[in-house]
Amino acid sequence: MKRNVFARIFNLYYDGFRNLSPVGKRLWIIILIKLFIMFAILKLFFFPNFLNTNFDSDKERSDYVIEQLTKPN
Amino acid sequence: MEIDYALIDWSRLQFAVTALYHWIFVPLTLGLAFIIAIMESIYVRTGNPEWKSITKFWMTLFGINFAIGVATGIILEFQFGTNWSNYSWFVGDIFGAPLAIEGIMAFFLESTFIAVMFFGWNKVGKKFHLVSTWLVAFGASLSALWILVANAWMQYPVGMRFNPQTARNEMVDFWEILFSPVAVNKFLHTITSGYVLAAIFVIGISAWYLLKKRHRLFAKRSIVVAAVFGLIMSLMNIHAGDESARQIAEKQPMKFAAMEAMYYGQTNAPLVAIGFMEKVDHDRDNINERQFAFSIEIPDMLSYLAFLESGAYVPGIKDLIRGYTDNDGNNVLSYAERMRRGSIAITALHDYKEAKNIAKNSKANEMVKMSFMEKADSLEALFSDQEWVDNYFAYFGYGYYDDPKDLIPNVPVSFYSFHIMVILSGYFLLIFILALINVLKGKLERRKWILWAAILGIPLVYIAQQTGWLLAEMGRQPWVVQDLMTTAAAATKNSVSNIQITFWLFVATFTILLIAEIKIMLTQIKNGPKEGGQ
Repeated sequence: MKRNVFARIFNLYYDGFRNLSPVGKRLWIIILIKLFIMFAILKLFFFPNFLNTNFDSDKERSDYVIEQLTKPN
Repeated sequence: MEIDYALIDWSRLQFAVTALYHWIFVPLTLGLAFIIAIMESIYVRTGNPEWKSITKFWMTLFGINFAIGVATGIILEFQFGTNWSNYSWFVGDIFGAPLAIEGIMAFFLESTFIAVMFFGWNKVGKKFHLVSTWLVAFGASLSALWILVANAWMQYPVGMRFNPQTARNEMVDFWEILFSPVAVNKFLHTITSGYVLAAIFVIGISAWYLLKKRHRLFAKRSIVVAAVFGLIMSLMNIHAGDESARQIAEKQPMKFAAMEAMYYGQTNAPLVAIGFMEKVDHDRDNINERQFAFSIEIPDMLSYLAFLESGAYVPGIKDLIRGYTDNDGNNVLSYAERMRRGSIAITALHDYKEAKNIAKNSKANEMVKMSFMEKADSLEALFSDQEWVDNYFAYFGYGYYDDPKDLIPNVPVSFYSFHIMVILSGYFLLIFILALINVLKGKLERRKWILWAAILGIPLVYIAQQTGWLLAEMGRQPWVVQDLMTTAAAATKNSVSNIQITFWLFVATFTILLIAEIKIMLTQIKNGPKEGGQ
């Protein structure tokens, strides 16, 4: 019975993707290109997490932020 | 603190453009999901295949918008870590939980029930399909709840305590954050604005079909559903907006004064319904003061809207700077005093950290170390002392400034964006009423001016959305977290050229996505619905 449920769920996705309309196919291509640009290019090369990249521990990160927040003019 | 304005401006511009583009896609998803669910409910109840084809047509447009818009918000989170690292650290604990819930919810929602919505026709039972559609509708709005709660906290920070050891705000009361009056109103006002947008979208496209004399029954049925839904949501939206304005008057009075371009406070304050501003001839306080070259005012209305009393005193920008006595007889601190107190709080944090470092790392003798440890402990205790927090830490961000002029938001942007939003919301309400009455009387097709007004409503409803966010975010400047953290303090000391490169990358990517969305949608709209439940 359980397998049957899983098989039905699998078939829902499988048939859905196999029988995509032309618009559906085009949209999926756009989604995949967009995700590639966002995660493989933008995130990787342009958006490192500044504090995680430049400091090893939370202590160093908090020291740096406090220094930034309390710098005199 | 050194302020690199070029860096901050580019970081802000990048965030603003990304957020505004993101918000082109989101409201249609939020609202169209409910309209589709209502249409499908009628199909399941009546069994009429025409309602199935109506549902499927709008579902296709929903799918296009969803596919193009999905994950565009993640870019905002990229920017938090890169361009706004001080801010991310400062608010981390408060934002962590809501954003994690949003991410998990969005993932499950999108991978399960949307799949049933699109792939499940004829594969799952009618009722299960309908339940999935409703779950997508509620889930999408619930998913928006968390980011709006986070935004509301930035406008009205509650339910937290600042930890001087880590420089982070820690959540003390989750429910106070979730149910703060600002969060509740922001959520209701924002999601109902999305519902209004979707209703105008449906009516506008249906109006085009009626003008072209195509799919007339489909169009009229769509208009009935969208107009009833839009009318109810429009009234709720106006009510939540009215309540939001009262919250702003109470909790962000400078923003309130800016959105009404009010420089001088008064009792029985009038509401400027329509106004055009010009610079004053003698800007004595050097605050870029404006005056109305032309205005239509409603007497006493601003006092009533802000404090529910027509004789109430509404402070202007200059009163807020100089300090004033509020309607309850309390003395409200001048900006000079707030700057002094903020500076004391910043110094306390600085001295605490310095004392702690000396006590830990210096080579001085134990006695000296002990004295610095005692100093650190006493300073740390201040941040747990509610009276000190209310009197000093509450003004932390003011300590970065020495000129009150820098604490005034952009008045023309705040005023015009607010008034454009309000005037347009009246326009949409009128469209819903006119469309509904005329479609029910069978006169809509003959009243071509209503159909054209409905089509014009589509670009206007997007403008109303964008101006709403412009007011929310520009009107609260220079704060990123009200009174505590300024936008300048929040920014990472990054290279400007990096931000410029990614700014143009985003503009290009989002513009291509928007063009793709419009092109694919227009093709689908030109093709029209398939009749007979196909």
